[in-house]
Amino acid sequence: MSTELPAEAETSSVEPPPAPTRRTFIATTTAAGGVAVVGGLVAGPPALAVEEAVADEVPPGSRVSLTVNGVRHTVTIDNRTSLLDLLREHLDLTGSKKGCNAGACGACTVLVDGRRVNSCLTLAVRLEGAEVTTIEGLAKGGQLHPLQQAFIEQDAFQCGFCTSGQIVSGVGCIQEGHTGSRAEIREWMSGNLCRCGCYVKIERAVEQAAAGRKG
Amino acid sequence: MSQPQAAVGAAVPRVDARLRVTGGAKYAADNSPDGVVHAVIVESSIGRGRITGIDTRAAEARPGVLKVISHLNAPKLPPVEGRFPPGKPLRAFQDDRVQFFGQPVAVAVATTLETAQHAASLVKVSYDAETSSTDISDADAAGGTQTYARGDADRALDSAPVRLDTTYRTARNHHNPMEPAGIVAQWDGDRLTVWEKTQYVQGTVFTLSGEFGIPPDHIRVISPFIGGAFGNAARAWVHSVIAAMAAREVKRPVKLVLTRRQMYFTVGYRPAYEYGLRLGADRGGRLTASTHDVRAESSRYETYSESVLVPGRMLYSTPNVRQAYDHVPLDVSTPWFMRGPGYASGAYPVESAMDELAHELGVDPIELRLRNEPSDDESSNLPFSTRRLRDCYRTGAREFGWHRRNPKPRSTRDGDWLIGMGMAAGVYDTMRSEAQASVRLDADGTALVQSATSDMGPGTATSMSQVAADALGLTMRQVTFRLGDSLMPPAPVHAGSQTMASVGSAVQDGCDKLRKQAIALAVNDKGSPLHGVDAADIVVRGGRLYAKGEPTRGETYQRLLARNDRTHLEVLGSYAGAPEPERFSLYAYSAIFAEVAVDARLGLVRVRRMLGVYDAARIVNPRLADSQAIGAMTGGIGQALLEHTVTDHRDGRIVNANLADYLVPTHADMPDLKAIFIDGQDYEADPIGVKGLGEVVIVGVAPAIANAVFNATGRRIRQLPITAEALL
Repeated sequence: MSTELPAEAETSSVEPPPAPTRRTFIATTTAAGGVAVVGGLVAGPPALAVEEAVADEVPPGSRVSLTVNGVRHTVTIDNRTSLLDLLREHLDLTGSKKGCNAGACGACTVLVDGRRVNSCLTLAVRLEGAEVTTIEGLAKGGQLHPLQQAFIEQDAFQCGFCTSGQIVSGVGCIQEGHTGSRAEIREWMSGNLCRCGCYVKIERAVEQAAAGRKG
Repeated sequence: MSQPQAAVGAAVPRVDARLRVTGGAKYAADNSPDGVVHAVIVESSIGRGRITGIDTRAAEARPGVLKVISHLNAPKLPPVEGRFPPGKPLRAFQDDRVQFFGQPVAVAVATTLETAQHAASLVKVSYDAETSSTDISDADAAGGTQTYARGDADRALDSAPVRLDTTYRTARNHHNPMEPAGIVAQWDGDRLTVWEKTQYVQGTVFTLSGEFGIPPDHIRVISPFIGGAFGNAARAWVHSVIAAMAAREVKRPVKLVLTRRQMYFTVGYRPAYEYGLRLGADRGGRLTASTHDVRAESSRYETYSESVLVPGRMLYSTPNVRQAYDHVPLDVSTPWFMRGPGYASGAYPVESAMDELAHELGVDPIELRLRNEPSDDESSNLPFSTRRLRDCYRTGAREFGWHRRNPKPRSTRDGDWLIGMGMAAGVYDTMRSEAQASVRLDADGTALVQSATSDMGPGTATSMSQVAADALGLTMRQVTFRLGDSLMPPAPVHAGSQTMASVGSAVQDGCDKLRKQAIALAVNDKGSPLHGVDAADIVVRGGRLYAKGEPTRGETYQRLLARNDRTHLEVLGSYAGAPEPERFSLYAYSAIFAEVAVDARLGLVRVRRMLGVYDAARIVNPRLADSQAIGAMTGGIGQALLEHTVTDHRDGRIVNANLADYLVPTHADMPDLKAIFIDGQDYEADPIGVKGLGEVVIVGVAPAIANAVFNATGRRIRQLPITAEALL
């Protein structure tokens, strides 16, 4: 779990922030009502003026508000932080995986405003107002997303490490309508590597979920 | 096994499927204990030499940086002895020597990942560089690592009516599991807990115990999920020691995950081979002799070897065989077992040569193999326990439509595409090792079975639950199997296709014992409806014990335990491992069939369809077995056509150390893949009758594709991967 958010991070909290130190990575919350600030390296209260004043010493951080799986987060983070690292290291959403950190494997695929993106290549601070959906946000009320169910039925994974990215990418592929044929699914899923070699079954699962959607 | 087998053999879904499709499965790097900080390794930028200076001032001046550790300030570790491979294992920052490009020379530890990454980039290392040697074709061998002989192969070759003399080369391959190697290390005084990606939790305990000079029982290794490994997490590598060292130095839990680039330097690879092969045969295609002169790359500090020679001495009847395996020490990191280790590399030359011989003689490749089918294992003089390779050939030929193959190469076209069919045999030895499993039946009628094994993808928890469910007479839902914690009963490394045979047999033993304990309790209990019944006549199904032939007479585990005031029953199951010496020759076999299309002008090879037929004896779960087989065909397509680690021999730098330039199969490369398992059991192998599956499924894939490429094009490419450049 992340060390950087208090337990109430995703709820409304108006507790005053503890005084952060340079090395703090204890999460703080702002008084802005229902928003959380991820501590990171920002020295002092999260205000741009402070960051600029100590620009030689600490990396610049920025404040960004985004919605992840329906929960709004306002965070002040290191500008270098990728969306993937924000999810994994700060928001305790470790379902999205870091396979290459270079956009070549797709294990980190999430939906940003409905489009699939490699979260490892996406800087978090650019996502002001964005709606992000990760693997953790697909099941609703304990009910698996049809594609998650199809992955189980088709045995479309072995180690499971690429699976989050494959499923989120498959959801995108279906929404985009790129499921007219097996060949089309293969083409539009090719940004997601699976080293266990479950491709044939992943394609069947995407086909199954796409057919269910039409029906 | 007096119990009915309901779960074993059924295609049940994975018991941990929901966790894996919801992002809920916690892999090593998903753990963040309170106060965790991040470590990033700095690698050497020379291929050989000495470190003359490390300037950490800029790095350590960054806010959030806790420490930069190198050989200049690292704590001295006690001496260790390597177990395997022989040599001196790479240590964490114990001297100034650089033995290969990419060797860890420092580690930056900081409160955030971003800062640690930046700090690592600011560490300035100066070197006294020496010339490095990394090219196997331009370096001398160190002498015989393994040799084997029967008969007089060289003399028999001289007099053979038909002779073949070829050299095959295979490229270095990297495992590239989707999950990078990673570890989270946390000290509590002199006790160490690590969440590590490993196929061998108790192996990591052993390594860290030696490296830090602390007792094994002060170390706990936790690894419930592994994001693929294919062998490269079967050893605790130096980065794990570095992470534990860093955690002790900064007195905080440390998370260290290798970058994808770093995965090419320190966590092993399938070594490159040069395999000189001569075959002698009579005009009828019966082999009379073969010689195998093999060169393989290894590091200078460890002498790695694997079973590359085995297929060439036991797959076919050959009276005269001579083999020599020389390792070529280079300024590279040590190779390591990669799926189908040795066999996957050795089957390629052997099975390609058989195809060449078949073509030379005008004999069908399957017929040639049948003519050379041995009656026993000529390399060990042991009888085969089971060998259903003939069945594999027959079933495969029928199902694949082998009769449609035109034996004349380059004679089938589909537009611009040249079409060809090829086949090859595969083999892998049935390893078994000592293992234990604890079994606990609770008063609520559910059971918990535990063993310190792992699951890198085959579905260990599922298949073990199936064995347990049948032996206990429970449903799958009533059984939970846990793995991946060094505190659990000992299990061998989850590798070499030995987990099902070894751990599965221990699970069955434990569950049998526990069931018998419950039965004994019942037949001796005057309050039980089963009182006085012969214990051998009692069967358990669905958690209910009943008398054979009198199914209404019985009771549930719950009632039995409640009446006897027992909260639970618990036993330890065990399996002793392979007998010493072996009484049988034990191998799993396969026949792989491939159809390829080759673009005549571009040299592009596309696999159109593949079929694998396997003699792996008993199949515990056909659904999971199918996934393993299809997955290995996919991996084999990579080995045959795509995968090639490219080294710049000027300094040993790997130039394609990423997943964009090191090509692996993708969705778009996928043909139609099909797997068939020949019915059978092998109780000479182990008490549950399995021969292991995860390795044999990849072994014949690359040669089947290579042989299909020859049939399509008439071009015999004697190197892997078969690239477009090679075909043009």
